[in-house]
Amino acid sequence: MAEQRVQWFKFASPPNFYDLAGRLAPWFGGLAAILFVVGLYIGFILAPPDYQQGNSYRIMFIHVPTAWMSMFLYVLMAVYAAIGLIWRVKTAEVMAKAIAPTGAMFAFLCLWSGALWGKPTWGTYWVWDARLTSQLILLFLYLGYMALHAAIEDRQRAANASAILALAGVVNVPIIYFSVVWWNTLHQGASVTVTSAPTMETVMFAALLVMTFACWMYAIAVVLWRARLELLERERRAAWVLERMGEKA
Amino acid sequence: MNGLATALITLLRRDLILALRRRQDALVVLGFFVVVVSLFPLGVGPDPQLLRSMAPGVLWVSALLATMLSLERLFSDDFRDGSLEQILLAPQPLSLLVGSKILAHWLITGLPLVLISPLLGMQLGLDGTEILTLMAALLLGTPILSLVGAIGAALTLGLRGGGVLISLLILPLYVPALVLGAGAVDAVMYGSSAQAHLSLMAALLILTLLLAPWAIAAALRIMLD
Repeated sequence: MAEQRVQWFKFASPPNFYDLAGRLAPWFGGLAAILFVVGLYIGFILAPPDYQQGNSYRIMFIHVPTAWMSMFLYVLMAVYAAIGLIWRVKTAEVMAKAIAPTGAMFAFLCLWSGALWGKPTWGTYWVWDARLTSQLILLFLYLGYMALHAAIEDRQRAANASAILALAGVVNVPIIYFSVVWWNTLHQGASVTVTSAPTMETVMFAALLVMTFACWMYAIAVVLWRARLELLERERRAAWVLERMGEKA
Repeated sequence: MNGLATALITLLRRDLILALRRRQDALVVLGFFVVVVSLFPLGVGPDPQLLRSMAPGVLWVSALLATMLSLERLFSDDFRDGSLEQILLAPQPLSLLVGSKILAHWLITGLPLVLISPLLGMQLGLDGTEILTLMAALLLGTPILSLVGAIGAALTLGLRGGGVLISLLILPLYVPALVLGAGAVDAVMYGSSAQAHLSLMAALLILTLLLAPWAIAAALRIMLD
């Protein structure tokens, strides 16, 4: 119905999406690899050591992009989930499901790299800082979404049910964040502040920017590829799947 | 309009009567709450100062767990005997009917937790105003727990191991209620006012009241599709 009005909707149909994603994903993957190499080169070799933190600050080049990605991907997942739930767009449902593992991985990497940075800088792997705690809860939200998706056998029902959970989560995320910030200021004084880092040099900023783009490209490539496989599984009896699989066999 | 009110009251009465007939269900939840709180001193030692400072957190976490325990049965009995499908088919808006069921659930499991909390508060060494704040926070907070928990109960309806899954889905969403609820008692304990915490808790309750029934109704429609 919508195809006639807007050309863009053409790619919402599973076979067109499958072909497009198959053509785009390798490019994004390649771009991610190049940007990672460039970003790490700038970050680890060109950028000077920090005058306070020495070399340990370089973890930031991994830590900050993963933190941004994990938060942004959750919102994106909820947007796709809403599109799938409201307009019954199958590709949007598949995209929402495909984003979750990548988002969870970024959330985990963010916590892990944060812990590795915290040990030399704060002297401890973990503090109950507001940001750390809300990042941990974000990881739990991702895990809950994936667990619910996995627990329901019927794929359509799984997509709809977990879409509701994703939406409930996305309404809650800001509330959780502010409540945790508040909890934190009540319980402990500002013994540790993440924001007190000195202003950044241009080289450092460049490295951070390149690494962020690298993470983006990686996320797009992986999510598209996962969505492709998920579509194949969901539509395994459809004519277009048989046609395309027949070609390769 | 009149028909709607009758439907809501009938559903509420039915759920309350069912709960009265099977009193042990509600009592088990209450017993769980009391036992968990009583186990904490055995775990961390009898030092009254330590227990007092831990009391808000212990009471609130125990209340979360007790609510969690009661959620699995919120829709599953009605689902099994088919009355949930009848509720879905009723001409009245499903979100309001669901609200009626949740009110019944809160009266059966949430309110008793509020009423027994002074006793447990005293056990952990809280004094007068702190206990009053605790009760006020629980009074505002337990409906939030029932409402948000019902989303999880609806989403895991009819799933194998649904009870365990609910906790993974819902406990992260309970964080704001936990922080504000325990924070209110903490604030009084450290000599400041709990008004800010309680106001925010009330705001959270209003927001949840507005959004949760809609989400629960949508979830029930999906799971019974």
